[in-house]
Order: sequence, then C-alpha cells, then structure tokens
Amino acid sequence: MRLTDPVRSGDPAGADGLRVEGIGKRFGPVQALTDVSIDFPAGSVTALLGENGAGKSTLVRVIDGQHVPDEGRILLDGVPLRLRSPGDARRAGIRVIPQEPDIVPHVSVAENVYLGSLPRHAGRLVDRGRLHRRVAEDLASIGFAHLIDPSALGRDLTPAQRQLVEILRALTTDARVLAFDEPTSSLSEQETEALFALIRRLAADGRSIIYVSHRLAEIFRIADRVAVLRDGALVGVHGVEQLDEAAVVRMMVGRDLGAMFARGHVFTQEVVLDVDQVSTDVVTDVSLRVRAGEVVALAGLVGAGRSELCRAMAGDLPIRSGQVSVDGRPVGLRRPSDAVRAGIAYAPEERKAQALLLRRSVRDNVTLAVLRRLSRLRFVRRSAERALAATYVHRLRVRTPSLEQEVGKLSGGNQQKVVLARWLARRPRVLLLDEPTRGIDVGAKAEIYRLIAELAENGMAVVVVSSELPEVLGLADRVVVLQNGRVAGQLDRSEATEESVLALAMMSEGARP
Amino acid sequence: MTPIAESAPVRVRPARRLLDALGGPQNLSLIGALAGVLVVFGYLNPAYLSWSNLAVIGVAATIPALLAVAQTMVIICGGIDISVGSQSGLAAVVAAMVFASTGDGLANGVAVVAIAVALVVGVACGILNGLIIIYGRVNAIIGTLAMLAAYKGLAQLLSGGRAQGYLHGDDLFIFVARGSIAGLPMMVWILIAVAAAIHILLKYTDIGRNIYAIGGNATAARLAGISLNKYIVAVYAVMGFVAALAGVILAARTGSGQPTAGSEGLELKAITAAFLGGCAIAGGRGGVGGTLLAVAILSALDNGLTVVGVNPFWQNVAQGALLVVAVVVQQRRTGERAVGLPA
Repeated sequence: MRLTDPVRSGDPAGADGLRVEGIGKRFGPVQALTDVSIDFPAGSVTALLGENGAGKSTLVRVIDGQHVPDEGRILLDGVPLRLRSPGDARRAGIRVIPQEPDIVPHVSVAENVYLGSLPRHAGRLVDRGRLHRRVAEDLASIGFAHLIDPSALGRDLTPAQRQLVEILRALTTDARVLAFDEPTSSLSEQETEALFALIRRLAADGRSIIYVSHRLAEIFRIADRVAVLRDGALVGVHGVEQLDEAAVVRMMVGRDLGAMFARGHVFTQEVVLDVDQVSTDVVTDVSLRVRAGEVVALAGLVGAGRSELCRAMAGDLPIRSGQVSVDGRPVGLRRPSDAVRAGIAYAPEERKAQALLLRRSVRDNVTLAVLRRLSRLRFVRRSAERALAATYVHRLRVRTPSLEQEVGKLSGGNQQKVVLARWLARRPRVLLLDEPTRGIDVGAKAEIYRLIAELAENGMAVVVVSSELPEVLGLADRVVVLQNGRVAGQLDRSEATEESVLALAMMSEGARP
Repeated sequence: MTPIAESAPVRVRPARRLLDALGGPQNLSLIGALAGVLVVFGYLNPAYLSWSNLAVIGVAATIPALLAVAQTMVIICGGIDISVGSQSGLAAVVAAMVFASTGDGLANGVAVVAIAVALVVGVACGILNGLIIIYGRVNAIIGTLAMLAAYKGLAQLLSGGRAQGYLHGDDLFIFVARGSIAGLPMMVWILIAVAAAIHILLKYTDIGRNIYAIGGNATAARLAGISLNKYIVAVYAVMGFVAALAGVILAARTGSGQPTAGSEGLELKAITAAFLGGCAIAGGRGGVGGTLLAVAILSALDNGLTVVGVNPFWQNVAQGALLVVAVVVQQRRTGERAVGLPA
C-alpha cells in the first residue's frame, strides 16, 4: 500500500521510521483528516505542506498524542503505537518542537533542559555541577556550544535558543522522531541557517524529521521529501528534486465550494471604507478601499496581519499612522466604541471568547450593542427589545427554541448568526468579518455566504478575512493579499484563482509568475 | 427546531413565573436553607423564633446587607472589593470628626454636612480603587486588599485610634440610629432603598445590562462599544458610597466614629453573602435577591449559634467554612475546572 508515495525511502523494507496509516479525525461537523497515510522515513526530512486548514496541524497533533485519531494507526519502526497523550508520544520517542516552547523563565538553560529529571546528590539536593557538565556535553556533541550558554536564564533566551532548549530536551530523551511546526517564523536568517544545519545532522543520525512550514523557499533548502495535504486528505508525496514552487502550489489548491455562493454583486463607485496607509505594530502601510455593495476578502497566511488589520479598523488595536474614513469622514479610532459609533461592525475570529455572552440569552446577545437606543430614561423597553431581537433572529434564520435560550447551547453556525444579528441591529456601514465560517458545518456556511451577499446588495461595505481559499474566491469581488503585514497585491474577481492568491501570499517577490 | 418567529409566542407556566419572581431555582434552595436554619435553631431554643429575636436578627443583618448588595454589583461586573469594611470605618470617623469640628469640638455640629462629607469620602475611596485597578492594571483582589489596609490605617491616623465625637445629642443621628417609619427601623428603610435602587439598576436599565455583559465577557463588551473603564470606576464609586452610608449608620448607632470597631470584618460577610447568593466568581451572574437571602441565612446562623450558647469564636469558623462552600458550589455550577486537576 504505497500508492500515495512514489518515493521509496532509503530503507528497502520501508519499516525504519514513522508511518501514519489511514488516519481519520473528525471534530463535530468538520472532517479534519481523511485516510491519511504518509511515511516519515528515518534519516530524511519530510516537509508537510498545505493551505491554512488543510490538516497539517491536526496531523502533527495526532502524531504528538494530543488528538486521538478516529481511524488509522501510527507505527514506529514497524511497531504500532498507542498514543493517548503527549506523554505517550514522548515515551515512544516522538517529540514535537512547538513554535514557542514552554520555557521556565527564572531558571537556567541547563535546568530547563533537564526539567523533571535533574541529576541529584544523595537525597533530593540537585547536583548542579553534574547538571551543567552534562548540558555542556550535550551541546558540544551536537556542535551548538557556541549558540547558547547553559547557565543563561530562560527569560533571556532568543526564540531560536528557546527552540534549541526544546530540541535538547528531546535529545536527552533520545527522541526518534522530531516534528518542527513553523520553526523559523520568529528566527533571523542566521539562526535559521544554524537550525537547518542542526536538523540535517539530526536526520543524518537516523532520526525521522517532520517539517511543517508555509515558506516554500525554505522547504527546498531543508526537505528531502514533500507531503501535501488538502482538505484533510493527502494529495501526494514527492521527492523535493521532482518539484518546484509552482508545482507545490498546484498540489495545494483545487477545492470546489463554487455551488455554495450566490453571486452577482452590483456595487457603486461610492467608497464607504477608505483605509489610507495604515500602519500598526503588525501591518505596514496598508491602503484599502471598499465601495458600497462590495465584498473585499483579505487573504494571506496565518500571521500575515489580516486579523490585526481588522482589529485595527475595529479600534481594538492601536493605529500608529495613517487614516481610516467611513463615507468620506475620517474616524479617530482609539477604542472599539469609536468604531461602533462610526458604523463599523466587527465580528471577531474567536466567537466564543471575543463576541458572545455564552451564559446569557439570545435576546441579550442580539441587543447588546443597541441597548441605549432601546431605552427610555435608561430603562430598557422590554417589548421593543424583544421585537428587535425577534426581527433579527427571524431574518438571519437563527435556529433557537426561544429568544431566552442560552447562547452557549446553540450550534456554532447559529452562534455566528447571533453575532451577525447583533451588528445588523445597529445598521452598520462597514462589516468586518474575521473567519466568519470557522468551525461551522457546511449547511450553515452556505447560509452565511448568502447573508453576506445579501448585506452587500443592500449597500454595506463588507471585509472578510478567511483562511479558506475557496471561500475567499467565492465571496469576494476583490481579494487583497497580505504577506508579512504588507499588501502583496490585489486581485479582481476575474483574476483571482487559488494559484494567483497563493502565489501572492507565499512566494517571494522574485519567484512570482 | 424551527426559526423562532414562526412559532407561537411562548406561554410561561404560572409556577415557572412564581419561581422566576423569586429569582429562579437557585434562590429556592437558599429559601430552603434559610428555613432549615430557622427550624434547627428554633427547635434547639424556642426563644430563637420569638418576634423580638427575629427583629434582632433583622437589625444585625442590615449593615452587612447594605455592603453585600453593593458588592453583588461589583462582583457581577467582574470585580471584587475587599476594602469595604475599611471604607465604612473611615467614613464613620470622618462623619464624627466633621460633626465635632463644625460644633464645639465634641458634639452639636451640623449632622447633614458631616454625613455629606463622609459620603464624598466614600465615593473618593471607591474611585481610587477603580483607578488603581484600571490604570495600575492591578488585580482587583490585590488592589482592594492593599486599600483594605490603607483605608484602615488612614482611619486610625485621623482618629488617633480613639472613638471620635459624641453623636447621640443630635436629632438626625438619633433618627438614623433608632428612628422608625411605619414600624420599620430607619436603617431598614435605607437598606430597602439601596437594595431596590441597585436591583432596578441591574435588571431594568441598559447600564445594568452592560454591567452583566462586562462581567460575562469583557472582550465582547468592549468590542460592542461599551466603555469598560467608565463602568468599572463607576461601580467601585457606588460601592464606596454605600460603604460610607454603612459607616454613617454605624457611627450613628454607636454614638461615635470608631476606626475599626463594628466595621472590621464586614468585607468577609459581604463577599460571603454575594457568593452564597449566587454570584459567579468570574462575574456576569448573580442578583440582589439571592444576596439578600444569603445575608439573612448568615445572620440567622450567627444569631442562632449565640442563642444556643456556642462559643462566639465558632462564628468566624462557620463563616469561613460557608465562604468555601459557597465558592465550591458556584464553581461546580459553572463547570469550572479545579486547580491542579487534569482537564
């Protein structure tokens, strides 16, 4: 059964290293992984690629024991493993190096490395001499003694050094499989080069290396093999020498949600939202215009600054320079209430944590932003409140047994509709939606798409952030692609394809077609 | 399930309506607990249930109830004020000293001015608490714990640690302490007024609804355009006002302004009552009705232990234990994870 794997690993038996076989994992309505089988042979670096939400992280968590798969099995050197927790994975010799490892800030590197198994004198006294000698030896043996001082405190470490500590922890437990999740996102070029050298050595010593990254250029520097996931399924595994950047992008794209989108926006030339050279701590010099009736999607990789741009427009993050205007009037955005007053509505990424009062009723949640308008002498008019809530609950087809139902008990799709209802009740001019369909089943997604289209037709300016490319392409009249906090380019509906968006989002400027 | 507006308007059953009027099923269990306390101590000592003893319980409950009702609002808003007892003590001292200094140095001053100054001092203490929490980004427990010490120290400094003034020669103070209208003591009327005002504020105004929203999910409230800072300062200011009111009543009843006697430890009673009455620790849930019932339970228990002749020091043990029980019950109800247990 190696149909999905045209590259034979170095070992003819194919048994050496890690193998996942027929892995399936479901979260509520979302099928995150479907029948994924990949070999991670000992001695080579296998890159794991895919769009946001393609299932990379889920697969890594399955390998790490954080998620227990619904189907399939994991084998190390041909032996099936039972992984119920990260502890199980560690004991089996599997170690995931997270982007931001947990480092105890006020103790030394040496103690961080041997946390939980410090060498001791007789009794419980820590043998510091032996501890430091041991870590120094560990560092010397992998050739990194010059990169980190064993007596430095955890809080003083750079991101690269933190990862090094985590790698050392893995090596002291003799890990056979190391998985790196976007390890270079906070590293300098020099640190990256050092890390790559280490990864090559770790592989050469016979370990299986899994390397998750969005950065295509990097993949070609470090990986021997590339496995691509799409929609939770494996697209293919190829030797890196058979591929180029364009080929990888082609493998990553190609989903079809087309039928779900009701299309044909007519928008006027009237600019509603005008973002002029806005910079925040994360985004730089972004300009953006959204006309009445237009849906603009912000695309880009996780961390490109899409959510941060939205939050800045919603008054939730400080704007360092530049100007946001609504209907031609400049808006001073110092706090969210400024944005709300200016007619900007914002449905944040984390519905439950950032938008909903989970223990309160649908009515309470819908009317939260309009209570003052519903009050006379500050007394909330109950009948008017009920009527307004009922109107929007009906209009958005929120499925709830009553207006008094606790919002926490509704499904994700209906919760999202409650958030939208709250903002529509204010009749905003601009609607900012961050990942509006995350964790929502397909039926509710289609309803939300229809609703977005309808709102645009009624003259609202809509900005959608989405990590799902088919959604971006289906919804947007125009796609603005961010990369590293800057606008990498804009694509009209006619030019926007998965390839063209991904090319702007991922490829270095020179490599773009 | 069908979309809501397509179904007929929901008919609420009368039994359900009665239950809601009492504050929901949770308050029913409080009423049960109160009945249990009354029955047990009534059985142990029949004099416990006499009208005169019940009146004693009621009067003793008044000042803790004032503080507990305001504390309920603070906790619903996601905060907590540990400094209330010290604020009351400071207000009592200030009221007595202003009274003395506007008169002949001991008595015969202008009671209205004395009370007004004390209330202003209370509001100022509350505002200071709010500012420390917001702009110092200090955790509410730590911030107000610090002010518990600071306000107490201030009261002791001002008074030199001694009782100040003589208030029992003034008609207004005597009326506050011992007067009654329609058979109810004046201080009970003050409690009714404050409790009703806070209840109406919380349940019927947009301000109250925003307070629940802030405690329920501060991020969501902020993104919905609610100005958290204003609300938090205002809530602590109201708490300070009510604490000062309690301090004035204390001074009127004892006849002088004392820095700690009578006011020390009130914070524990107020906080215990709020949690026992159904406030969620994280905020966003609770109500005046539940808190008043909880104060009644605490007071009945205190009095009962005295009446049956239990060593009064046990009252503190009982109250501490009740606070733990109240918080455990709340945590269970909201499904919060216990510290140190695996998820």
